[in-house]
Amino acid sequence: MKLKTAMLLTTATVLAAPGSMAQEMADSMTLVSWGGAYQASQIAAYSDPYQEMNPDVEIVWDESSAEAVARLRAMDEAGNLTWDLVDVVAADAIRLCDEGLAMEVDHDEILAPAPDGTPASEDFGDLIVSDCFIPQIVYSTTFGYRTDVAEWNGAEPSSVCDVFDTETFPGQRSLERRPIGNLEWALICDGVAYEDVYDMLETEEGVDRAFAMLDTIKDQTIWWTAGADTPQLLADGEVVIGSTYNGRLFSLIEEQDQPVAMLWDWQMFDLDGWIIPTGLPEDRLNRVLDFVNFATDTQRLADQAAYISYGPARDSSAPLVGQHAELGIDMAPHMPTDPANSVNTFVFNYEWWADYRDDLDARFQAWLAQ
Amino acid sequence: MTDATAEPTHRPSPREQKEMAEQDGPMLAADGTPLKRSLNRALRAQKLRALMLIAPLLIFILVTFVAPIADMLFRSVENQIVSETVPRTIVALDETWSDHDAVPGEAVFAAMAYDLKEAAERREHTRLGSRLNYETTGISSLFRRSGRGVDDVGEIYADQFIELDEAWEEPATWTALMADPEWIADAEGTEDEDIPRFRLADGIADILPETASAYAGFARVIIDQDGDNPLEEEPWNTIYLALYRDLSAGADVSAYDGPQARRLSAAAEAVPGFESEPVSVMFEDIDEDWLDPQVWGTIDAFSSRYTAGYYLAAIDMQLTPEGIEPQPEEQRIYLLLFKRTLFMSGVIMGMCVLLGYPVAFLLANLPLRTSNLLMILVLLPFWTSLLVRTSAWKVLLQQEGVINDTLVWIGLVADNDRLQLINNQLGTIIAMTHILLPFMILPLYSVMQTIPPSYVRAAKSLGANDWTAFWRVYFPQSVPGIGAGCILVFILSIGYYITPELVGGRTGTFISNRIAFHISESLNWGLAAALGAILLGAVLILYWAYDRIVGIDNVKLG
Amino acid sequence: MTSGDAAAFVAFDRVQKSYDGETLVVKDLNLAIGKGEFLTMLGPSGSGKTTCLMMLAGFETATHGEITLDGRPINNIPPHKRGIGMVFQNYALFPHMTVAENLAFPLEVRGIGKSDREEKIKRALDMVQMGDFAGRRPAQLSGGQQQRIALARALVFEPELVLMDEPLGALDKQLRETLQFEITKLAHDLGITTVYVTHDQTEALTMSDRVAVFDDGVIQQLDAPDILYEEPKNSFVAQFIGENNTLHGTVERIDGDAAVVRLDDGSQIDTIPVNVDKPGQRTLVSIRPERVEFNKDRLAPDAHTIKAEVKEFIYMGDIYRTRVSVAGNDDFIIKTRNAPDQRRLKKGEILEIGWRPQDCRALDA
Repeated sequence: MKLKTAMLLTTATVLAAPGSMAQEMADSMTLVSWGGAYQASQIAAYSDPYQEMNPDVEIVWDESSAEAVARLRAMDEAGNLTWDLVDVVAADAIRLCDEGLAMEVDHDEILAPAPDGTPASEDFGDLIVSDCFIPQIVYSTTFGYRTDVAEWNGAEPSSVCDVFDTETFPGQRSLERRPIGNLEWALICDGVAYEDVYDMLETEEGVDRAFAMLDTIKDQTIWWTAGADTPQLLADGEVVIGSTYNGRLFSLIEEQDQPVAMLWDWQMFDLDGWIIPTGLPEDRLNRVLDFVNFATDTQRLADQAAYISYGPARDSSAPLVGQHAELGIDMAPHMPTDPANSVNTFVFNYEWWADYRDDLDARFQAWLAQ
Repeated sequence: MTDATAEPTHRPSPREQKEMAEQDGPMLAADGTPLKRSLNRALRAQKLRALMLIAPLLIFILVTFVAPIADMLFRSVENQIVSETVPRTIVALDETWSDHDAVPGEAVFAAMAYDLKEAAERREHTRLGSRLNYETTGISSLFRRSGRGVDDVGEIYADQFIELDEAWEEPATWTALMADPEWIADAEGTEDEDIPRFRLADGIADILPETASAYAGFARVIIDQDGDNPLEEEPWNTIYLALYRDLSAGADVSAYDGPQARRLSAAAEAVPGFESEPVSVMFEDIDEDWLDPQVWGTIDAFSSRYTAGYYLAAIDMQLTPEGIEPQPEEQRIYLLLFKRTLFMSGVIMGMCVLLGYPVAFLLANLPLRTSNLLMILVLLPFWTSLLVRTSAWKVLLQQEGVINDTLVWIGLVADNDRLQLINNQLGTIIAMTHILLPFMILPLYSVMQTIPPSYVRAAKSLGANDWTAFWRVYFPQSVPGIGAGCILVFILSIGYYITPELVGGRTGTFISNRIAFHISESLNWGLAAALGAILLGAVLILYWAYDRIVGIDNVKLG
Repeated sequence: MTSGDAAAFVAFDRVQKSYDGETLVVKDLNLAIGKGEFLTMLGPSGSGKTTCLMMLAGFETATHGEITLDGRPINNIPPHKRGIGMVFQNYALFPHMTVAENLAFPLEVRGIGKSDREEKIKRALDMVQMGDFAGRRPAQLSGGQQQRIALARALVFEPELVLMDEPLGALDKQLRETLQFEITKLAHDLGITTVYVTHDQTEALTMSDRVAVFDDGVIQQLDAPDILYEEPKNSFVAQFIGENNTLHGTVERIDGDAAVVRLDDGSQIDTIPVNVDKPGQRTLVSIRPERVEFNKDRLAPDAHTIKAEVKEFIYMGDIYRTRVSVAGNDDFIIKTRNAPDQRRLKKGEILEIGWRPQDCRALDA
């Protein structure tokens, strides 16, 4: 599919007014997401209402987002694209965009404006980190800790640097098995100012300092790869403090009622959203665009927060966030974007990591393996 | 075993027969044709039928096994992306860039401008950026940023040409100058989808080489990529840059007598008076990293269509503009992982032999009914899903797990000093031994079943005690089973990655985990392919060594 | 050969064996084997002969009773300490060792020095005419060669007792005959006590000093081959050993060591009573085919004769084999030697046949 044609089609679709059945639209589509509670929230907030409006559309869900980048590349090479819309983290969206595997879109054209008429690009603001990326949620990677550790003598971690304080807070930790996040936290706790962290990491000295800091807890850390690991380890008492996605911790604390508390300090903001694969046939593309327009409007994004504690990516959705669909508690205080939670936050620097990831990852893995 | 396995009568081997035939001249069949030929004829139909029978399998293997491996081997050296994406730059670097510590000359920057503009239009520049970022950090974003910035390169000349003569803005002016008149006739009034392949006008490439090259590239992109007609598209700024460079380099415009001769000579006369700016400065405006010789060095080093770079990276070396160098110490990981993979696979194999041999022995020597029951227990791991098993190991092995709890309760282990049984090498060894044990037991069992009990009886009747009878007589005959089991377990464990990923922690992961990472996360498939090829090579070498030492005939699966 | 109980080299004393605790495979076995004797255990498969051998070798334990070797009870001695050589049906040559290594094995485990070993191996190989094969592997040898090696291996450590479990069972006829002869000769030359198990009665007859005929876990008869053949003690032995004509009848009268039997068709024949003791008893009369006579001149004048009709005449080279119908038995065989004066019977011919009374044994029915 030629890019320009796609763009023209896009334009055409929008000009013909969203929702109208003027163009030919495929009557089924395959959406790819992460499975679990997150996918359930998407089904509840996006696809169920969409299907109510379009009862003859069949929506197939695939749980392959974790390997979306590789799968899309393989599909592209095989020339057999079976996915219509893929939920990925922003870093993957950037990579897919770089590889030409995700379609560049004009956000103002294909996405609905806010109820007050603010164009989508302004409503999403900085969260549109790539031309291919249609943001949905803001989530964060942050720490949870057990509240019943006897060895702590009543002390409770209040800062991310307590993770590195094995004197006051002895016990096993869990951290994600990748450099992103860990290196930033290590430097912050080594006394580097927030603004200087990435500049510092560009230097040999900065990287050395970060690894030296991580060295202090290397042997007391379990390195996780799946978001479910840390909640399980915390619940088992295998670790006393560990990082994971804030939604997982919410479910552990509020839904499963475990003796665990959140540590929001220097939470690492990240984004998750849709990308449209390059090369969709016209009818399927029309269907996807129709769905995306619906699923990312202000109300739908706010609805999703009733099922999971991730912040909607639109500014205009924030006031609409209500209560948890089952627990009936207010969701706003559990959002990573809540002012009380976001005193110190990191925003994932996608551009920077896209450059440094290969190098630092090699170094990180070598460091881990030794 | 039956008698008469080998009668002493000497039957000539095929080779001997052949030698005999050669000595006496060809043997003839009854009708006088050489015996060999008539035999071949008789066998041909048979062979053909045999081939037809295995054809489905053969095709299946070719498609699902040989082709992917060939593809992998190809990918591990393939590097066409550089030469395909920035072909002019590579030629220019090759021809004009001698001092690799300095920034290359204008010609290289100009070539990069044409290449990058085309690549950006084709959305290929970021892929190249990702590719080169494996080698030099920062190139990824350099290319991403420059894809947009390159739009402005040459704008200064475009403005001046158009100011000189507004006709330079007209697509028709350019096609009249650059394109083959026949092509123009073909393309005129054609539907956008049916525009013929672009053809340059005769001789224009000699007069305006860079312009011709840049314009041809432009026309191709417009036709192929956008599906538009060059007759209706304004040229990119980079084409004005090319024209400026051609004219200011003293192009012999007098030799040109085509449709735009007058306009071209006017331009040639005016060019010396143009305000000019070095192309390198234009690139510097986009991103000052373009003035870093290392960027150009990387492009130059990886300009060939095939590269050993992935293999070098796979053994902790790197191809730098200065040649092959070891990776910085803190980034070396692959050799360590290869060694660890081989070592741990060996340990797992050894554990499987130690644990599996007695079980297989028991299985082979128990009455059928009992051994069937035991066999079910052996096969149980096969029937359990990996997820269930992993959870079970975690419940058992973690520090707050069942084993540690029990040990603490007994008092063997202090509560604050619990054993680390998972998330390290030990965890991987325990879990993989468990998974792979059946692969050791089954071949052992089937080989042991074929060892008649009379051998051990014979040994005992000859005066050997139980141990000697076992060690000198039974064990050597079970070696083929051990061999088969070891090869199976070793090769399987070398390629395992899910289990080490789940229970291996940081010290118990294998090289396969890195391969999986490069396949699914970093998308560095070339490196993954090189690592995979090395792993394949290692297995083949081990297999060869095994054949030399033990003999592959001594491997029996039953 | 001696066979006295007191001097018995090997003795089974009331030995019983059961595998499943329900049926006895060997029932109350008493057997004494003299030193230097060649004793064959003969019987159909499942008769318990191999079990007896395995108990002797030590691979099976007796459920009850005692086995002694040279006066010592060996029930609790493990096989490798019994010092008994053994030859197996499938040879059981160790496939991963050469011939010489196979032979060295029993010597090595006995801690015999290298030079001694080599000498003994050479002698043993020469003994079985396999001196040139020391470096071969078993798989490179033919069945007969393998069996020779197996024999040499069983003998190389100079045991006093050798057990052979159907050692020639897998060989073809000619080879078997050669080896039968060689084994017997070796055993006698070396003065070794040999216990030989076979289901081939020819083998048993040609090789043994004495033969124990097994059936159903019991020794049916234990005698020298000629006695066994000529004087079977019961119908099982009579039918199992050699070819045998049988006729069914009732004892008419017994007169000391002679008995008259009335066959089912009413004709009377002379027999000697073996295990019949009173008139009226049903009996199975057994006559060897080569003892049947149809030339009246050779029969005693008072002998009973009986009518026979020739059904088939088979020329077999050294002998003629004639199938006749006698007293309702269509499979009655007459064997005659192919001698110059011998007459060839014709199909349909009616004969009067008879035999010496002592050749006709009235056995249990």
